[in-house]
Amino acid sequence: MSKVAQLTKGILRENPIFVLVLGMCPTLATTSSAFNGMGMGLATTFVLLSSNVVISAIARFIPDKVRIPSYIVVIATFVTIVDLVMQAYATKLYESLGIFIPLIVVNCIVLGRAEAFANKNTIFDSLLDGLGMGIGFTFALTLLGSVREMLGNFSIFGLPIIPKEPFWLKEVFFHDPILVFVLAPGAFIALAYLIAIFNRFKK
Amino acid sequence: MAKVESNFKNMTATLLVITLVASAALGLVYQSTMEPIDLAQQAKINNAIKAVLPEFDNQPGNEAYSVAVDGGELTFYLATKDGQPVGTAVKTFSNNGFAGLIELMVGFLPDGTINKVAVISHKETPGLGDKIEPQKSEFSVQFEGKSPENFKLLVKKDGGDVDAITASTITSRAYCDALARAYNELKKGGKQ
Repeated sequence: MSKVAQLTKGILRENPIFVLVLGMCPTLATTSSAFNGMGMGLATTFVLLSSNVVISAIARFIPDKVRIPSYIVVIATFVTIVDLVMQAYATKLYESLGIFIPLIVVNCIVLGRAEAFANKNTIFDSLLDGLGMGIGFTFALTLLGSVREMLGNFSIFGLPIIPKEPFWLKEVFFHDPILVFVLAPGAFIALAYLIAIFNRFKK
Repeated sequence: MAKVESNFKNMTATLLVITLVASAALGLVYQSTMEPIDLAQQAKINNAIKAVLPEFDNQPGNEAYSVAVDGGELTFYLATKDGQPVGTAVKTFSNNGFAGLIELMVGFLPDGTINKVAVISHKETPGLGDKIEPQKSEFSVQFEGKSPENFKLLVKKDGGDVDAITASTITSRAYCDALARAYNELKKGGKQ
């Protein structure tokens, strides 16, 4: 497989959310706004990238029977680093993501890539794979977050999207946002439609 | 490539090395982020104090004291300007929110009237209960300039003077509960 394909497969053909449907818990829970979705995506990308690189570097020194605990320790280390750094320099984002940052440890995309890809491929390929999967994950979460924020709050990245003029537009058509999209059921509805659209165009 | 054999010695050694390296790395990161994390948390408290009190020129964080009450803790921050007290910011809480804990920062003027209220943290429903945040609705404005002495901190449904948020009576009640708790302790403490 070419290097470019190694990178892009995570974004489209094997997108972790829309195609593999992995890591649903943070996907549904943290995408109440585009900003949160993107923050979660970037944090996961960092963990995915670093753990892929380290695991592909050390995999051949690890006895088979203890490989899963070893991978988990590596992943947990990177997650804790993200957790601390975010707490120090991105307090606001840290507070809105809350418990979901520590929970990246159990995100099955991360362990899945370590077990299915990084431990039998070269360091450079693992780096590309981690980066591609991370970008795919971030893309999916940002898109889902944008859709939910647009419908549920009439804004995107915190900026209102409804034009002020003419005033009747707001009064007649955009009086109240569709609140359900910010709440949990809206996550399922929006995700289902996005997966359907994504699969339609993938073929 | 030849795999390392899974015998007891290899497995122990591998896990030992990995955990040692991991804990060393984490120790390093923890050390270097400890100070920024402290600063960020202090800045957050300071911003909340600034938002609820008139202008002051001391460091209220250094002149704070805490009172344990109802299974939680209230923190009082005394603010002064040119040595004259300009008010007290009280970090208060309520456990009766629709989704648990609500933490507020209330600014009291020296005569006991509420200056402003800011929300520190809450988990209320987006679009309904989160209207307690000053930037989301006018709910918190009704408390400004009111003294709990003659402004009953209960929603109108319960015989008080507070206009509840539509469809969020529980949240509104918890909000009043937190304010009342802050005011009662402020009176008892007698420190202005």
